[in-house]
Amino acid sequence: MMLVVLAFLVWIAGWWLNTRLAEGPQAGTRAVQLLVPVIFGVTILIVWELVVRGLEVPLVILPPPSMIAERFGSSMPILWADFSQTFLKGALSGYVMGCGAAFLMAIAVDRYEFLRLGLLPVGNFVAALPIVGTAPILVMWFGFDWQSKAAVVVVMVFFPVLVNTVAGLRETTAMQRDLMETYAASYWQSFFKLRLPAAMPFIFNGLKISTTLALIGAIVAEFFGSPTVGMGFRISTSVGQLALDMVWAEILVAALAGSLFYGCVAMIEKTVTFWHPSQRG
Amino acid sequence: MTTNGQTVIEANNLDLTFQTNDGPVHALKDVNLQIYKGDFVSFIGPSGCGKTTFLRCIAALETPTGGSLSVNGMTPDEARRNRAYGYVFQAAGLYPWRTIAKNIKLPLEIMGYSKSDQDKRVNDVLELVDLAGFGGKYPWQLSGGMQQRASIARALAFDADILLMDEPFGALDEIVRDHLNEQLLQLWARTDKTIGFVTHSIPEAVYLSTKIVVMSPRPGRITDVIESPLPKERPLDIRDSPEFIEVAHRVREGLRAGHADD
Amino acid sequence: MKSVLAVLTVVAAIIVLWYAACIPMNIKGVLVEVERAGAEVQPPSAKDRRDMGEFGLALNNSFVIPATWEQDRPRLPAPHQVATELWNTTVGKKITSKRSLIYHGWVTLSATLLGFAIGTGLGILLAVGIVHSKVMDMSVMPWAIVSQTIPIIALAPMIIVVLYSVGVQGIIPKAVISAYLSFFPVVVGMVKGLRSPDHMQLDLLRTYNASKSQGFWKLRLPASMPYLFASLKIGIAASLVGAIVGELPTGAVAGLGARLLAGSYYGQTVQIWSALFAAAILAACLVGLLGLIERMVLKRMGMAS
Repeated sequence: MMLVVLAFLVWIAGWWLNTRLAEGPQAGTRAVQLLVPVIFGVTILIVWELVVRGLEVPLVILPPPSMIAERFGSSMPILWADFSQTFLKGALSGYVMGCGAAFLMAIAVDRYEFLRLGLLPVGNFVAALPIVGTAPILVMWFGFDWQSKAAVVVVMVFFPVLVNTVAGLRETTAMQRDLMETYAASYWQSFFKLRLPAAMPFIFNGLKISTTLALIGAIVAEFFGSPTVGMGFRISTSVGQLALDMVWAEILVAALAGSLFYGCVAMIEKTVTFWHPSQRG
Repeated sequence: MTTNGQTVIEANNLDLTFQTNDGPVHALKDVNLQIYKGDFVSFIGPSGCGKTTFLRCIAALETPTGGSLSVNGMTPDEARRNRAYGYVFQAAGLYPWRTIAKNIKLPLEIMGYSKSDQDKRVNDVLELVDLAGFGGKYPWQLSGGMQQRASIARALAFDADILLMDEPFGALDEIVRDHLNEQLLQLWARTDKTIGFVTHSIPEAVYLSTKIVVMSPRPGRITDVIESPLPKERPLDIRDSPEFIEVAHRVREGLRAGHADD
Repeated sequence: MKSVLAVLTVVAAIIVLWYAACIPMNIKGVLVEVERAGAEVQPPSAKDRRDMGEFGLALNNSFVIPATWEQDRPRLPAPHQVATELWNTTVGKKITSKRSLIYHGWVTLSATLLGFAIGTGLGILLAVGIVHSKVMDMSVMPWAIVSQTIPIIALAPMIIVVLYSVGVQGIIPKAVISAYLSFFPVVVGMVKGLRSPDHMQLDLLRTYNASKSQGFWKLRLPASMPYLFASLKIGIAASLVGAIVGELPTGAVAGLGARLLAGSYYGQTVQIWSALFAAAILAACLVGLLGLIERMVLKRMGMAS
């Protein structure tokens, strides 16, 4: 019971500290803006730890963070194997193929008015569908290994990238197009010099949405069948064995992989679209 | 004070009708005009009078529905393909992902100039518009007036002998505009280009032009063409001279006459 | 008009491609079947056929092509097979039947809607808190944004099992997953919307000496509506995915996810495809319905174009 009271006190203390920081004179600085969410996160972790230990919550319901960290540290080889199977082989290769195919398709769609009129509504429609559902079919076609996961990822990322790229390629103003016209620029000249650079913020928007989708696709596809390695596989089997510390360790890996992947794409975006108002800030 | 050289732009009975949902709109009707080499021609009139449309016809950005129009003895579209003119828009429209120098290079890259030639021309025109040293900056780091000067430099870079300007200073404040008008006159004197200039400011039109074309709307047409008696050398205070006021008065009369038809 | 034609053309092209794809996908299975039935097949030996490309087989045995669209358990079912299955399992079956897709769809839909309602409600509340409290904004908002970049759906199997072990089962665990999947998009979108009024509009209210709650009801909330609906559409799609995935790990017997899983266990491809299409139609209806409500609400507020 003491621990629970302690957890309560930690919570109060963390919140009080954050209030002081957020309403203090330093609130605008970068350090404080970073510090406040970190304090919040650490407070939650401590409270979680203390409450789980204090109430003696069974491990099969919620393991304390310390145990998850321990499991994470001691299972590095397994976690790395799962990560490389699901992320490097499945998600990343599917992401590259899907985004590449969508980009090429977007150019064709942009080039031919008829395709744009016809394909874009269909693409918009499909982008809103639960595409994850194609996983059982693709697993049946491409086997249990990473190829089927990559295929699911291709299908999942294709439409968001397509729709965003097409929207971006049309983002030029009438004046910019007229300018190219006065230079008697060819289609490809105005494509590479005007429309492609102007489309970059949109393309990256699609690419960023797709990072999360790629991981979701690769993990969920493993629920429908996989070799005995992979994050989705590990999650579903560990859940079955009630080894929740392992499940949480995998979720930690997924969270790290997801935010790092997103962060990488966002960083490339920052260097490519440095000129865009949203990046100049 | 026309130089009375060869005809550069010639319009005969030019018509342009847009089909809209509310029926046809006569953007241009029966427009006849000759522009000679070295002229500085202003087009002035209320909005909807077709001044911008006429400029866009010359640039082959619009296609007339009747009459004839020739630019350098060719059709406007041929002239466009021959890169016969530089066009300056209402806004600078510089690409934010390119530096000022790279923006000026844009037409040169498209037209296939050699690398060394590109660099030389960029330096020359930057000098010409008083932006030397700003080549490495990005557009958003410059003031509005500087951006518009850069866009003029971009239009000058490939040495077309016609310069078409569509209210290039419309979005700038009056002080900057006076300054740029002065610079534009110097530039015109130095390069001897033929300039078509759309504006809705009477002092600007009178101050800059050798020929002022007054237009009126519904249908868009020319109501008066005034040859300016002002000398080619024009300091800013020429705007207080009786000749200047006389011309401005005539322009105002022309504009009013156009309105009386409504 | 032209765009309707274009869309129809594209859809028709997809269907034609689909039929065409059925031929190479199913030809091997069909050839085995017809050979067993006693028909003559080119080339006769099974080994030669294994080495041959699908297109070559189709050319040599063009008489079996219609059969590739009628197989019982094809690798790729033809469009009309899926359509027939959809028809039979919706209109053709009693709603209470275990094989009725309407029944399974309802199981999934009810979990989706319950979760969506909870997730959206909590999301809006948190967004209001974030906009009005600087501490909450600085503490919670970064995490809400980060959470969008991680595949939180990975939590789904665990939630199901943990809730099951404490005795909660049925609709609630799935609704929980749906709720947290729709929660974060709504928080982020709603915060953006509540912050969308510009300085001039806020200053105007200051000149009226309006209270905080007046500012909220008269300016911030109406201004946030377009953002809210945009994130609701994302949220409902995520909720549906959550409910479907929530049916996978426990081997649930009812729901669209269960149909997908059962179909993949028993190789019932037609069943998988029809469940997939049912899910797609459900998603389209939900998003479409939200779009309709959006149009009506924005119109009444005078914000629709």
